Amino acid sequence: MARIKLDGIAHAYLSHPRSDEDYALKPLHHVWEQGMAYALLGPSGCGKTTLLNIISGLVTPSEGRLFFDETDVTHLPTEQRNIAQVFQFPVIYDTMTVAQNLAFPLKNRKLPKPIIARRVAEIAAMLDLTRDLNRRARGLTADAKQKISLGRGLVRADVSAVLFDEPLTVIDPALKWELRSKLKAVHRALDLLMIYVTHDQIEALTFADKVVVMNEGRAVQIGTPEDLFERPEHTFVGYFIGSPGMNLMSAKVSGSRALVDGSELQLGSAYPSLATGGRVQVGVRPDYTSLTAGAGLPVQVRRIADLGRKRLAYVTLGSHQIVATVPPDMASVADQANVTFDPAHTHVYVDDIRVAGVAA
Amino acid sequence: MTLVLESIGLVVDEEIVIDDVSLTLDKGTMNILLGPTLSGKTTLMRLMAGLDRPTSGRLISNGVDVTGLAVQRRSVAMVYQQFVNYPSLSVYENIASPLRVARVARSEIETRVKEAARLLRLETLLDRLPGQLSGGQQQRTAIARALVKRAELVLLDEPLANLDYKLREELREELPRIFAQTGAVLVYATTEPTEALLLGGSTITLHEGRVTQIGPTALVYRQPENIEAARVFSDPPLNVLAIEKHGARITVEDGRQFPAPGALSNLADGAYRLGFRADAVTLGDTPSAGLSFPGQVAVTEISGSESFVHVNVGLGVWVCLVVGVHEWRLGADAEVRVDPDRIFVFDAAGKRAAGQSIAKTA
Amino acid sequence: MTEKPINNRAWLFTLPVLAFVLFSSIIPMMTVVNYSVQDTMGANHFFWNGAGWFRDLLNPSTEIGARFNDALFRTLAFSLTALLVEVPLGIAMALCIPRKGWVVGVSLVVMALPMLIPWNVVGTIWQIFTRADIGLFGAALTGLGINYNVTQNAVSAWITIVIIDVWHWTPLVILLSYAGLRAIPDAFYQAARIDGASRWAVFLNIELPKLQKVLVIAVLLRFMQTFMIYTEPVVVTGGGPGSATTFLSIDLVKIALGQVDLGNAAAMSLVYYLITLTVCWIFYTIMAQIERRRDA
Repeated sequence: MARIKLDGIAHAYLSHPRSDEDYALKPLHHVWEQGMAYALLGPSGCGKTTLLNIISGLVTPSEGRLFFDETDVTHLPTEQRNIAQVFQFPVIYDTMTVAQNLAFPLKNRKLPKPIIARRVAEIAAMLDLTRDLNRRARGLTADAKQKISLGRGLVRADVSAVLFDEPLTVIDPALKWELRSKLKAVHRALDLLMIYVTHDQIEALTFADKVVVMNEGRAVQIGTPEDLFERPEHTFVGYFIGSPGMNLMSAKVSGSRALVDGSELQLGSAYPSLATGGRVQVGVRPDYTSLTAGAGLPVQVRRIADLGRKRLAYVTLGSHQIVATVPPDMASVADQANVTFDPAHTHVYVDDIRVAGVAA
Repeated sequence: MTLVLESIGLVVDEEIVIDDVSLTLDKGTMNILLGPTLSGKTTLMRLMAGLDRPTSGRLISNGVDVTGLAVQRRSVAMVYQQFVNYPSLSVYENIASPLRVARVARSEIETRVKEAARLLRLETLLDRLPGQLSGGQQQRTAIARALVKRAELVLLDEPLANLDYKLREELREELPRIFAQTGAVLVYATTEPTEALLLGGSTITLHEGRVTQIGPTALVYRQPENIEAARVFSDPPLNVLAIEKHGARITVEDGRQFPAPGALSNLADGAYRLGFRADAVTLGDTPSAGLSFPGQVAVTEISGSESFVHVNVGLGVWVCLVVGVHEWRLGADAEVRVDPDRIFVFDAAGKRAAGQSIAKTA
Repeated sequence: MTEKPINNRAWLFTLPVLAFVLFSSIIPMMTVVNYSVQDTMGANHFFWNGAGWFRDLLNPSTEIGARFNDALFRTLAFSLTALLVEVPLGIAMALCIPRKGWVVGVSLVVMALPMLIPWNVVGTIWQIFTRADIGLFGAALTGLGINYNVTQNAVSAWITIVIIDVWHWTPLVILLSYAGLRAIPDAFYQAARIDGASRWAVFLNIELPKLQKVLVIAVLLRFMQTFMIYTEPVVVTGGGPGSATTFLSIDLVKIALGQVDLGNAAAMSLVYYLITLTVCWIFYTIMAQIERRRDA
């Protein structure tokens, strides 16, 4: 069991980085608590896989130190770090059966046969692989193979962390749910530190206790799924989390009211002293932006998307294109409509950073 | 052009890969092939394009039988899941390639390539090589190449599957708009129900090489004709309950009895399966009248403003959608209440028995 | 599963090729078949022999049969020895080449050089190389006190021919193995590191299984070539000493051109051809089996 500490970890692929841009990963300080499930979420190229590889030891960071509990493991090779990694596509040993695959790491560590057999049986039971134990691993489906990959990591009792590198990429959507719940169940059962890299916010939010949102080598916000959804500290988080992302509108804010392209809306708090000269934006999630039959800000409806359990309206407010939810009882939507924003969930951003208001 | 598939079938190595598919695709429509992997989507698209020849059936394009016609002679463009571009040609040359093959005049090529590049926001990247582009840019190049051909049939085989989530959202919105202007028949294959719903148009659900349902997307979603179509169009997965009907009561596998919901009232006694989506249930603390099942919480998944709670009710593990962020504790007791107005009734063969459809959303 | 639409007019394109193959291969081969059932010394004098030559050939108690048997045995032994050395050596050397960097290009080119040399030149190079007086190799070995004489010592001759073939053709195995190894995704090596596998375990469980198809091709190609070997032994040892390195092809030429016993030679070459064809077919079946098992 371990907690992992990142002390100023940074990485540049060039040997002499000159500016910020040369860094794939900018200096990062973070502590990963034992037993928690984390997700590293961000678009391609944001540095999440680099960070994962630094933790697993496949990449040595160009700066900073890495600690497992109190031990400095920055230069310790992968095989001595007691971590397990599951890759994007299933990595299994073709020539072996499922049972042999699971036993492989323990065989390499020269554990006695009865112990190996017991561990393999335990992990196979946990992952629903018991009846396939004697089949050739090669002939199974992709999700079973990923379970085997995972099993190989879990079978070592001394494993301190399990790292996942976009493991559900090749899995069918219907099976993704099953595998995700299985991962969560395993997490609960074994109380391991798990770090999950993905660009899919649904995967990140459903899996993790805490999510690290990354962009361009930086950790933009770290928080629970609820935090990230309700209080995005950065416009990037607002945009990246939520499907569709947050509506951002440039505005003039005075006190507890904001002016967006001539329309006025009520804010949840007051903002007495906003730094002047910065770019001021108001952000509200589509979930809190609603078409209404009553009073509201006038918008032009471009298109309605029917998602089955809800309907989204793509509308234009002044010069902004935003997304609103259509209330379930609104049978049909005209070309011109009104929207309301929920003041409690309206945020103000100056130069992309959220500004906390005071009680109005 | 109108493309008609008449009883198309494909048998490979004595295995029926495509089974008696008949479709009519009209000009300017978006047609979505929805099905899990290996259900035949790619194979069907290859048959439509003319890359493979069907073992039975005919393909009729604008009234002309084109079944044996080579793909080079047809007006077809295809976009693949793996961004397929000529690695040694610049973006400009990549997009221009089909026009060069067709010996279009140089000035015309330039106009059309620039137009396609503008629509797909590639103007600044025309001199780059595909290797220097990001995934999203590469795929946009492939799409531009398909666009510039002005083909009458455009086939898109899970084109966004290898892209980042956000990129996927953006391109998904742009694609229909871009191709709408060309008036082509669009066929889009996907495994994700949400993508189908966002794209609109009409949906063709596939299961193991057979078409299980065709219709406007929202209609197929709300009124699945059989259990396979319902399953493939449910994300999270469909919850299924096997029952036996006797008169006004139904019995479930462990012997409990419930009053039969209205949807079953006109049906004969016998075995049925009830299907209901995650949003057709509510989660409570205490039992209630009607279809109420006690269980234990297996897993809670929080996603944005919704929570998906997996509850083990003994007869299976059901996924329940709960609005708002709730952390139901693992192992906590929960009562799953099924909304009788939003269940689908399937008979023993999997066909939907006459009955309810979901009239409204949420 | 891909089926191209059928257009029968395409067959017309193959007519010129068919005609050419007919004249250059099939008709001459029919001549050989004709000769193999006759007893002839050429000059259009034919005496019908029916299946006589074939019966004699395949009967080790006859003179011809014994000779054929010996040559066949020698050739098979040679093929096997060469394979046993070349394939493991080739794989081992391919494992030493790094995955990327300038070293890769340089090593591959340098290693491919032996393959580019015309075969009789290879023979001549080694003929001089192995001479005890002016050849580096020969002189060195004799200097070390080893009784090495290519023209007089059968063991020396054999070993020399094997070494020549290894030198000449192992690069082919290296190139094929290297290509096969490069196709293995990095993630497998990473996972093996994490699993704590030793280098040998990685080789046995990841690399070797993934090289299966490539190896079948490599073994097939090498077997075919060693089975047909002609130029190098002729140039270096002349088939000697005695008949120690007289392989099937060399024997065939001796009978056909030396003794002008054309009927015998024709029959021999047909049998030779059929053996080669059979081995090819066996390898093809093995490869198809491997592919089917993979997809199962």
